[in-house]
Parts: sequence; C-alpha cells; structure tokens
Amino acid sequence: MSAAPILSLSDITTVYGGGKRAFGGPRAEVRAVDGVSLELREGEALGLVGESGCGKTTLAKTILGLLTEKSGSIRLGGQVVSGLRPEAARRARPSIHYVHQDPGAALDPWWTVGHALDETLRIHGVRDRRERAARIAEMLMAVGLDTSFLSRYPHELSGGQQRRIGLARILTLRPRIVILDEPTSGLDLSVQATVLGLFNDLRHRLGLTYLFVSHDLSVVRRMCDRVAIMYLGRIVEIGPTAQIFAAPAHHYTRALLAASPTLTPGSLDDMPSLRDDPPSPTAVPSGCAFRTRCAHADEQCRVERPDLAAVTDTAHGHLAACHHAFP
Amino acid sequence: MLIVRKFLRDVAAVLGFVIICVVIGIAIFGPFLLPHPDLVFDSDILRRFEPPSAEFWFGTDNLGRDIFSRVIIGTRGALMVALTVVAIAIAIGVPLGIYAGYTTGWPAEVIMRVTDVFLAVPQLILALAIAQLAGRGLGSAMAALALTYWPFFCRTVYAETRRLRHTVFIEALQGLGASKTRILFVHVLPNVASPIIVRATVGMGFTILTTALLGFLGVGATPPNPDWGLAIAESREYLPDVWWAATFPGLAILITVLGFNLFGDGLRDLIDPKLRRSRS
Repeated sequence: MSAAPILSLSDITTVYGGGKRAFGGPRAEVRAVDGVSLELREGEALGLVGESGCGKTTLAKTILGLLTEKSGSIRLGGQVVSGLRPEAARRARPSIHYVHQDPGAALDPWWTVGHALDETLRIHGVRDRRERAARIAEMLMAVGLDTSFLSRYPHELSGGQQRRIGLARILTLRPRIVILDEPTSGLDLSVQATVLGLFNDLRHRLGLTYLFVSHDLSVVRRMCDRVAIMYLGRIVEIGPTAQIFAAPAHHYTRALLAASPTLTPGSLDDMPSLRDDPPSPTAVPSGCAFRTRCAHADEQCRVERPDLAAVTDTAHGHLAACHHAFP
Repeated sequence: MLIVRKFLRDVAAVLGFVIICVVIGIAIFGPFLLPHPDLVFDSDILRRFEPPSAEFWFGTDNLGRDIFSRVIIGTRGALMVALTVVAIAIAIGVPLGIYAGYTTGWPAEVIMRVTDVFLAVPQLILALAIAQLAGRGLGSAMAALALTYWPFFCRTVYAETRRLRHTVFIEALQGLGASKTRILFVHVLPNVASPIIVRATVGMGFTILTTALLGFLGVGATPPNPDWGLAIAESREYLPDVWWAATFPGLAILITVLGFNLFGDGLRDLIDPKLRRSRS
C-alpha cells in the first residue's frame, strides 16, 4: 500500500473546556486529543484502537469537523480544511462522513427511514425528487435492504438493519472517507460477521477509505490494513495490522493484545492484565503517559515524553512512542 | 390505532376529553339554545333572586337576570380568553426557549435569567399588578396573563431542547451539515411539541381559573360581562341566602378546569413516539 494520503492530520490537538466562566476563574482544560499526526491513504482501512476515554471518538469528530481543533492542521485532498467553526468545517469536508455507534439513535424518532434518507439528500442540495429516490433505492440495495424499509420507523429496525440504514444514509452522499464509530458494538456475533462482510464489500466496490474506530481488536484485525493505538489522547503505536499483531512494540499494545480473551482453555487464569484504570485526562502523567501502568517504566519515562519513531530499520511504517520498545 | 386504544383505557382522561368537548360545544352552540336570551344582559327587577325552578334552572341574580343563560354565554368568553392567553404565551415562550436551549452565550443566558425572575414571583400576583397598572378591563387582564405565563413554556421547552441538543440524532444532523434553522424547526420543534401540548392543555384550565380570579378581584372583566368570576364577585354579598347566584358559575369554573386538567394529565402519559407504528 503506497497510495497517496487522502487525508492528513499534523499535530492535531482538541481540547474540552478551557476559557473562562462568566463568574469566577478559568475552567479546567482537558486535552482529549493531544498532538496527533496521522495519514489516511486512499482506499485503505485504518483502525483506531484504544480504551474508553482515550480520545478515539474525539479524534473522529475532529476529523469530521463537529469539534474544532485547538491547533494543528488537517489537509483533505491537498487542501487545508482546519481551523473552521463546525458548520463551515462540515461544508469544507463534504467527502468525509460518519456512521454513528448507535445508528438507530441517529435517526429522528418521529420520522420514517425513508423521510430521513430523503432529507439527507435534500440537505446536500439534491433537488430532483426522482434522483433522490433513485439514489436511495440504489444504496438500500447496496447494503442489502429493499425499499419496504422506507416506511419503517427507527425503533422498528433490528440492530443489524440500523447499521445498514446508517451506512446507506451516508453512502447516498457519495463520500470518499467513511468514519465508522464502533460499528459492531451491540450486535451479536453472526450479525457482526455479515455487517463486517458488507463493509468490506462496499469498500472495494465503491472505492471508500475507512477510519475504523473500535476497541475490539479481533474486528480491527479482520477489517483493517493499518492500526493506530491511542492512549490518553496520543497515538502510541501505528503500523500495518500484520506487524502490530505479530510483533507489538509498545508495552501498552502488548498489554491490550494480551488482555483480549482467547479460546484456549485456562488462558483466562494466567492472563497478564492492565493494572488500574487509565489516569484522568485532566492530570496526564509527565513524560510517557503510560508509565504509571507500565512494568518497564524508569526515570527516562518520567522525564521525557517519547516520540513516535520507527521500530526497526526494516519495518516499513511501523512506529511506536516508547523508550523501551520491543524491537 | 394503538394510541386511541391506550387513551380509551384511561378513564380520567376520557372523562376530561368528554368535558372539554361538551364545554366547546356549549361555547359554539350555546347562544342559540338559551331559554331566556332576553334575560342575559337586560334586568328584570321584579324577578330578582328567584331560586332555581323549572323556568329558571339556575335561578336569577340580583338584577333578575337568568343565571343559566349567563353561564352558557360566559363559556365562550372563558374559552376565548384562555385560548388567546395560551396562544400568546406559546408564541413568546416557545421560540425563546428553543433558542436559549440550543445556543450558548449571553443572549441565551439573559433569556433564562429573565424567565427565572418571572418564575420566582407568583404568577397571579404579577398578573394582578400588571393588570392593575394597565387599567381595568378584559384586554389588560389577558395581556397580563399572557405576559406572566410565557416563562412556563420557555422553561419547559428550554429543558427539552437542552436534552435534545446532545442526542445522537441531532448530532448526526449536524454531521450531515444540516443548517441550524432546519435542525431547530424541522427536528427540535416536533420533538418538544408533546410537552408543549400537555402544558398548553393544563394551561387552558389554569388560565380559566386565573381569569375568573382576576374577574373576582375586580381587575378583569367589567359588568355587564357574563364572566364567571365576575358573577361570583357580584353575588358574594347576597350569600348565603342567595346561594345559587354564586354556586352555578363556580361549578362551571370547577368542571371546565377539571376537564382540561384530567385531559392534560392523560395526554402526558400518552405521548411517546415509541407508540407510533408504520402502516405495514
């Protein structure tokens, strides 16, 4: 995979809070995304993995434009699209779309599915009623549903159908980059498999680029070409899926991989698990953010924040931010 | 229809609905069915204080007017006043509440603090003061009630909009690039409609009660208006001997207010989008 980057982030920081209250002192600042640089290549599926609260969704929403980054720049197809307020940012990034974690809740409960899909196209200025209907029918077909679903209300759909509708909704807008936020959460395994198969199929058929936000490593391993591991707002390791899973370099990645349950009998008993909860994002430890939970942390980890660096000379594009990375 | 069936199971709400229908029917057709149309406004001193009888069902008042006819005529006035007051209060309160709930910043803050000030003072006392200042008359009483009732709508709508602002479907619309106007009027407004309808229904009864109270206290309707509150005030000095002159207008108020309250409570239980079903 050596395609050109379709989207590149450099040193993106997104902050919650901050500023001053109307009365009283300044508000505490939470750096939910802290200096993230990332490239998304045309046609690939990049997995974004991390524990709850590590900033995956914040990063996804910053890329989408719903949250405004505090610093850093975003380039989309060669154009700088950063530093905009949400409404302007959405207009500048029409080729990026987002499928919500709970696509059923992403539909207005008072509206039928057909009405919602139709509105989506109307917002984007498709005036011709027949064209809208044709596009909707085409995409419903593509996600494996038929037009009888148009008269349903969101709460009348099953989890898998909601995923398909959520995807069809944004596919009618002909996006190039699709952000999938926890696309398998809440689905049982058989449905998960068909939905993932559908995602893969559509990616190749429509030439989409996926940013796949998840905490489910097995799903990411199946779906993604590359994986980025996030911890407390920073990317700590990024590289091709096969290499990350075969030879993780960062201690956090190792712990994550070790923590995912396997089917080997007895493996749960001697599983090395992560100690404690992650530290609060309002008080990120100095130096390496992971040092408070890392068995190999030393003085250097406390003082100096590690940057992303190539793990080995031979590994292409496998970077890790650790002073004591596994080779 | 599931909603209708569920509603029919709620006896109190059905009773309220029937009362409202009857009251509205009386307001529309009552003036054509009066037993003594000539004795609504014109007095007949020879027949004053006649107790309820076959001829005068509710008796006659101190000027010999037929109380039954006056109660019937008063229905239309009471409903018109309540409807106008609630409509004006909605027209002021709902847009302000939606705007304040959806945006942040000082205009939203100002709106809500003004609302808080209004809500901190009892509505009746505030309305009384405003009506007194504006001069006696039904018009100023209505203006005073509307001006003091909109904060209730504003508060309700504000809270609902605040809740909706962070729901996934509104966020999804923002993500799709929908304009603020579209989100507010096409999506937020229908979703806050149910609490508005419930509050408006209960508010109708409440406003009828307050209007009557203002009339009783002498800042609302002026004689010879057949206003229910005014009728009670006028007959007060002849109590308890002439009990019928105050009782029947009072019962009219009681039953009407009860009807709106029962129906409003029933609606509150009923309204839930999850009950909607597509036709298939």
